[in-house]
Amino acid sequence: MPPLLNDLIFDYTLRNVALGAALLGIVSGILGSFAVLRHQGLLGDALSHAALPGICLAFLLTESKSPIVLLLGAAFSGWIATLILLRIVRDTRISEDAALGIVLSTFFGFGIVLLTFISKRNNANQSGLDKYLFGQAATLREEHVITMAILGTLALAAVVLLYKEFKILTFDPEFAASLGLSTGPLSVALTSLIVIAVVIGLQTVGVVLMAAMLVGPAVAARQWTDRLGVMLVLAALVGAVSGVAGALISVTQTRLPTGPMVILSLTVIVYFSLGFAPAHGIVPEWWRRSRQRAALRQARS
Amino acid sequence: MTYSDLVVMLTGVLIASACALLGTYLVLRRMAMMADAISHAILPGIVVGYFLAHGPNLVFGFLGAAAAGVICVAGVEALQNTRRVGGQAAIGIVFPAMFALGTFLISRFFADVHLDADAVLYGNIEFSAQDILILGDENFGPQSLWIMGALLAINLTFVGLFYKELKLATFDPGLAAALGFSPVLMHYLLMTVMSVTTVGAFTAVGAILVVALMIVPAATAYLLTDRLAAMIGLAVLVGALSAVSGFIVALALNASVAGAMATMTGVFFGAALLFSPLHGLVAGSRRLREQRFHIAAESLVIHLANHPGDETETAVAHLIEELRWQPVFALGVTRRAVRQGFVTRTDGHLALTDRGRQWAEEFRHTV
Repeated sequence: MPPLLNDLIFDYTLRNVALGAALLGIVSGILGSFAVLRHQGLLGDALSHAALPGICLAFLLTESKSPIVLLLGAAFSGWIATLILLRIVRDTRISEDAALGIVLSTFFGFGIVLLTFISKRNNANQSGLDKYLFGQAATLREEHVITMAILGTLALAAVVLLYKEFKILTFDPEFAASLGLSTGPLSVALTSLIVIAVVIGLQTVGVVLMAAMLVGPAVAARQWTDRLGVMLVLAALVGAVSGVAGALISVTQTRLPTGPMVILSLTVIVYFSLGFAPAHGIVPEWWRRSRQRAALRQARS
Repeated sequence: MTYSDLVVMLTGVLIASACALLGTYLVLRRMAMMADAISHAILPGIVVGYFLAHGPNLVFGFLGAAAAGVICVAGVEALQNTRRVGGQAAIGIVFPAMFALGTFLISRFFADVHLDADAVLYGNIEFSAQDILILGDENFGPQSLWIMGALLAINLTFVGLFYKELKLATFDPGLAAALGFSPVLMHYLLMTVMSVTTVGAFTAVGAILVVALMIVPAATAYLLTDRLAAMIGLAVLVGALSAVSGFIVALALNASVAGAMATMTGVFFGAALLFSPLHGLVAGSRRLREQRFHIAAESLVIHLANHPGDETETAVAHLIEELRWQPVFALGVTRRAVRQGFVTRTDGHLALTDRGRQWAEEFRHTV
């Protein structure tokens, strides 16, 4: 057995990091696909920043650093942010991108206030908390991975159950409404599932890079297919592959953080897909066009 | 309040004003998230500047960051122009990758030097009084005040010089192009000025506060007025107020100044969102209620005018059936119609007053 594969299975740290990153890749790939198709690519960015005050408040209230408590806090404030965001977009003339920026920066600013308040209030370090900013996959323990697996399974189960509804909501919301589907609650449900993906990602890749975990796999997968089901599977695959690749690179090279390596691996896959995917890639399309042009010229002469 | 407190607060006010000036156009042009993208994407540029200058250097850091900002803008546009990636998704692909590249470079090459990734996210405005600008042997006072003052001057000049052009390119790009100014040129000028502002403000307040100060005060002002000039003024005012009040909050809680300033922009926005007389949620829902009652009262008056003196048609209980109103709503409408003098009510039966008859008559003429 090659040593790297051996480590992947038997090395405790590497196994947890790789599993965690792969889980994140699968969940965010699938949920990110819906977000990207609904033209809400940056929703995850706003929600991941909005999770920070929830983490800090959960710690302030319970004095506990257990992942479940902190992630519940994160999910709660992410969810509040979602509702505020949807409300601003629906009921005011402020455009969606400005609403995203507002929610992102004010929630995050409040989170930083709480984080610095906590760290200066008691001398005990808040090291458990600030790793959510940049993600420290290397500190993932088995309990974290299990928490992530449970959350991820719940989110994916919800997608399977509501697949038809989400599909129609994504591609033709007016038609969905005319069929009598309650598009408002469905929209909130879909966004809440994205909150779960964000919560899973916080500890692995951190607040800033989470945006790419939701957008990247979806954009890459979209270039290879025109079918939603295929796209979801491909996006999950792209997410998982970049997760494991990032974990392997960061562990085999000294002093490389996992999160950025996951994102850089993902970015390579995204640009490769944009360039060379047979269905929508730039090079294949250019090739098809030049052949058509040549055929046209020939037919004319 | 000590000298150092004053410097920090003044720095905050200068940044807030410089950011709010540009933020107005970002909010109106629906490019708010570009501020977020640029503020993160300049990290690798700063690292490269640090590398080239063999240490922290203002000029190299600035140039590197500005170059990275331009690369980010151009990258996003290039992705959008492939027509394979939507606007938001293009931003979401470019800037995390650049930020990841920055953190990768830091941990690979500068793990043991002071190039703190935390400071990237929330800056260190707290220490702005300590960094003194020294040219030759002359002491010019806090460096941050000079940088932020210069940024504010640049932005004021930019907005002042191109006020009409920016206005036209923002609200009617087609007309702007027809009249001969290029909206594309305005777009790139704005992006350049924004990159410069972000880079300058970034060192003091970090990536997130730049976003907060650019977008949130401008969005707050957008809820309060319909005039561009007033919106710019209000945005600057809200930004400056957030800076001052945020600083006071941070002192009281012994917490991050940048974070508190961002939080205060959110508080002001929340107040405007709820209570703005023009576009606030409370005023909006009240207007909606008024309209609902107005239309209902109109249907009531017309219904009564169509059945003068008909005992069964004028009973309040009958309205619930005829007009399909909820009982509570029907009572509310009749009570208001009576109070406003369109209808009189005796023994559960309604009758039109002269004013009510006039209203029904007017409606018949307009239809």
